[in-house]
Amino acid sequence: MAARHKSVETRYMEDRDKVLRGMRRLDRRTFMKVLAASAGAVMAKGLMPPHTFQLVNVAEAALDKSASATGAPGTPPFTFAYISDTHMYVRTLNQRFVKGAVKAVEDVNALDPQPDFVLFGGDLAQLGRPEELEQGKQVLSELKAPVKMMVGEHDWFYDMGDKWQELFGPPNYSFDWKGVHVVVLMSVHEKDFWTARGLSPADRMQIVAGLDNSIQSRFEVGDEEREWLKNDLAKVPTTTPLLVFSHSPLYKYYRNWNFWTEDAEQVQELLKPYPNVTVVHGHTHQMLFNQIGNISFYGMLSTAWPWPYAPQGLPALTVQMNRPDPYDQLDGLGDGQVNVSKEGLADMMYNLWDRNPVTVRADYLRSNGKTYVPPAPQFASY
Amino acid sequence: MISKYSVIRAIAVGAAVTAFSSRALAQQNPTHEVPAPAHGGTVVMLCDGKTSIEVKDLKPGQAMTHDEAVKVSRDLMAKWTREHPGEHWEMAQEAPPESAPSAEASPMGAAVPGNPAAPAPAPSMSVQQGDTYASFQPRDYKVWKAETDTFVADGKRIFHDAKALGSTIGVSCDMCHPDASNTHPETYPKYQVQLQKVALLRDMIDWCIENPIKGKALEPNDPKLRALEAYIYAQRKGVPLDYGKH
Repeated sequence: MAARHKSVETRYMEDRDKVLRGMRRLDRRTFMKVLAASAGAVMAKGLMPPHTFQLVNVAEAALDKSASATGAPGTPPFTFAYISDTHMYVRTLNQRFVKGAVKAVEDVNALDPQPDFVLFGGDLAQLGRPEELEQGKQVLSELKAPVKMMVGEHDWFYDMGDKWQELFGPPNYSFDWKGVHVVVLMSVHEKDFWTARGLSPADRMQIVAGLDNSIQSRFEVGDEEREWLKNDLAKVPTTTPLLVFSHSPLYKYYRNWNFWTEDAEQVQELLKPYPNVTVVHGHTHQMLFNQIGNISFYGMLSTAWPWPYAPQGLPALTVQMNRPDPYDQLDGLGDGQVNVSKEGLADMMYNLWDRNPVTVRADYLRSNGKTYVPPAPQFASY
Repeated sequence: MISKYSVIRAIAVGAAVTAFSSRALAQQNPTHEVPAPAHGGTVVMLCDGKTSIEVKDLKPGQAMTHDEAVKVSRDLMAKWTREHPGEHWEMAQEAPPESAPSAEASPMGAAVPGNPAAPAPAPSMSVQQGDTYASFQPRDYKVWKAETDTFVADGKRIFHDAKALGSTIGVSCDMCHPDASNTHPETYPKYQVQLQKVALLRDMIDWCIENPIKGKALEPNDPKLRALEAYIYAQRKGVPLDYGKH
């Protein structure tokens, strides 16, 4: 076939046909939902025809949701949404971070069908003050789906978790969901650095809130909680898929910024007997993913501010997100969803605000980057 | 024991010494045995550690006038010449610091044209002498480095302090830029479309102060802005300049 130049209109029609063919296996009702979602996405992005059919990603995401909703109760597949790292000051001081959190809540509430639950990934407050945590609870209470709370260091080190536990219960716990065992860890414990220095609670919190000071200790799950995890998993057969929620990454990415879990290897050792393990973590405020042995790791986005990639230690499998535009308050931020497959493997959908969403699949991680490679950045960190 | 009078140093290095020479102060290690005064005056020793004369009218603790000191130094040199007939007193200027293009000892070394990896020439006759830059000592460089590092440390402090930045919403630079990462000072000047002009680093710093930090933009020569700039550049040491990079 002779190579010929395709006009914009031709390309548009070809892409549109591709999408519509893919949608044929849906029933009419789901088809209309997907169409509505695509139309919404077009309007949100201000795209006008004859823009080529870039909506495939959005449609795909909608597709996956509808497929998983028809999964049998008691077994995967299912979907959960996440909102993480809201870092809110009280709104009288700073509105920007509150707006981000509220936007994420609206995103999740607009999902149709609703996810099974919403994971809150930690760092609800910025400086751990009771007013901040109360405000955070109030913002998240608008969510329609049930919320599973996870604690971050910004929530903890002002009063060592008193207010958090009062509002949200124990910092680490586990539950079973449709055949998957879910563990929520408190993985931002720190060895005492404040008593010897005679620091006040506010000073301690201020130090922990800083990423690049070397005064605070590195994060850890800690001996006590690892013992708790060991006992918790003792009852779980190794054929069960595991979902582990953690604020710190549960591997060692960059020590200087506490993108780090000091006892990562020991935690990973406890998870080793299980062939299907996915860790979903917060703290790093960027698109980040990794595979270590049997464990897939996905970092969640923040709703408050994005972080640059660390100068060293970035996992080889991570495909960076484009460098955020500082002039766009929403760029590099977002929320997302995790689709858990029949086998209990998890795909992560990054709903990046002001950008096209990106899906990262378990197949990509477990094939060591050979299949389903996520789209490359145009502007990597430097 | 080394005598503490400043005139000793002037004698030791000769009449050509400038105010910058302070090597003897920096090196306290070699000690000379200064003989006790025989006539109730003060013994002045030459830097060879052997030749000395006693200034009879000078009581311990008393300072000489400049003219008296010059006479003493001439007397000392005369004595040395008498005691070393036929020998030549080499007026050795301080050798240029070892390892020629070391950033520590010789900031000027990097500007020397030619092969920066060449070994430092042996001291004395093959090295140019007498100009201001060549007279600086390692101690001077240490002092200047300390001053610069203090300035950079001040910038680091402000960088991490929302109040010092004048933020009205509790935001500091390090929240988005840990260790001043992602600041790319080496890429300015460049056209910043969002500002609709060619921007320098300080324009970007001021934009950040006004917007994500919600403080008041600093004047171009505000000491805080200069310190912030210094800290940001210091964190990027060694990265090649690349103005215009987007």
